[in-house]
Amino acid sequence: MIKLTHVSKEYPKRGYALHDVSFHLGKGEFAFLTGHSGSGKSTTMRLIHMADRPTDGEVRVSGFSSATVTERDLWKVRRRVGMVFQDFRLLPGRSTLENVSFALEVTGTPQKAIQAKANRLLTQVGLATKAGARVEELSGGERQRVAIARSLVNDPYVLLADEPTGNLDERATRGIMELFWDLNAKGMAVLMATHDMELIRRHPHARLFELDQGKLVYDSAATDSVTA
Amino acid sequence: MYAIREALAAFRRAPVLTGLSAGMVGLALFVVGLFSLATYNLRIALSAIEERVEVVVYLRDDARQSEIDTLLVELAAFDEVSRVTYVSKRDALERAQRELPEFGQLFLESEVNPLPQSLEVELRPGNRTPDVVERVSDAARGYPFVEDALYGEEWVDRLFALRRIGFASTAVLGAAFAMVAALIIGTALRIAIFARRDEIYIMRLVGARNGFIRRPFLLEGALAGLAGAVLAVVLTYATYRGVYAYLFEVAWIPGSWIGIGLLTGALFGAASSAIAIRRHLREV
Repeated sequence: MIKLTHVSKEYPKRGYALHDVSFHLGKGEFAFLTGHSGSGKSTTMRLIHMADRPTDGEVRVSGFSSATVTERDLWKVRRRVGMVFQDFRLLPGRSTLENVSFALEVTGTPQKAIQAKANRLLTQVGLATKAGARVEELSGGERQRVAIARSLVNDPYVLLADEPTGNLDERATRGIMELFWDLNAKGMAVLMATHDMELIRRHPHARLFELDQGKLVYDSAATDSVTA
Repeated sequence: MYAIREALAAFRRAPVLTGLSAGMVGLALFVVGLFSLATYNLRIALSAIEERVEVVVYLRDDARQSEIDTLLVELAAFDEVSRVTYVSKRDALERAQRELPEFGQLFLESEVNPLPQSLEVELRPGNRTPDVVERVSDAARGYPFVEDALYGEEWVDRLFALRRIGFASTAVLGAAFAMVAALIIGTALRIAIFARRDEIYIMRLVGARNGFIRRPFLLEGALAGLAGAVLAVVLTYATYRGVYAYLFEVAWIPGSWIGIGLLTGALFGAASSAIAIRRHLREV
């Protein structure tokens, strides 16, 4: 599903953000990607989402290779990979329902089906009663749920979550994690970047990747830690 | 359908911003409109002067009618000549009395008609150039019964120099104004697109196709450009009415020019949007 093979990413001024990283995330897996600030978590997420291309190596996502996919065909990758961020990235001034409907509309959902599907997604993330609320009126946890509902519009195979609980309190974090596990139970792979070790400890069944200075130093699925 | 709805929604959601964009486009094209008005009227003035360019072949008093007829046929055979008119000594005198009434008494008191008979050679439009009038004049001068062939050489040369200057300045200034207008339109629409960068980002994030993202912005750009062009036409027309009423008589620019202006506004708008949106499409 997601396969990184000897992936390096070098930025002109920063140098290497990732160095020779390889891992494979299979169908229906739940994994944390951890590491200190600047360890390369967000870069890895961007490469998987193909918002950026590796300097060396190859990223494969659901059959698409970073080496061959064209700018024109990126939308196909994006429809297989949902993504949420720490800062939610919702459209301000619009309602919860409008934010989800917008994503459905721009990805070609027939006009008649939009309302029903948006409501279904909001129900799935526990926001059925907040459909008409403007995003400014929602709590952080609720906003993240809207973002998750939006990321599900294309029924993706995998959900990438870049520090999704970074701005949330303990209770909201718990709710979001439950939601991720629900989605995972329905067969969706989840890759969540976080530096919150306490959170990771509370989910021992998840696979764990650890990055340090751009290198993959630990993969819990491997018998021993991966060292550089 | 989505593209049309979104393009119109942009005007509704941010009326001030889109209004400002259209206003900037309008003011930029207004300058082009004023320039077109001036150019068109200059062109009309030059054409009116040019129409008066003709060759007058003065004939000796002893020229025989058969000789005059031969010359008349010869001159009429030039491709560039549209008409050759014979003016007898008597016709010339009558015309002089009519057109120069201050000398009327002088003509009446004179016992002999001092005016020569002549052939007036009119040229076809587009052929009233210095080299054509010179060629026709030279051909006439070759006949022994021709006193002289005149066309106001210095005057024609000046007229054509003026025409050349007019053409060059029209081309250079027109291109400069069009470029300035394009830059202003581009900036105005870039601002409008920048204001909606979040939407573009989300569209890319969830997997909207580039064409799908681009369409409403292109349409919005075209509409803003068209609205600006309409505003420019209104402003130019108001200026035309003002000049006509209080300064001097001017002609209104032809409908085809207005059509081209409106189309240009819409195309500029769409093209500027296309350039601006391209940058945002690369960001996610």
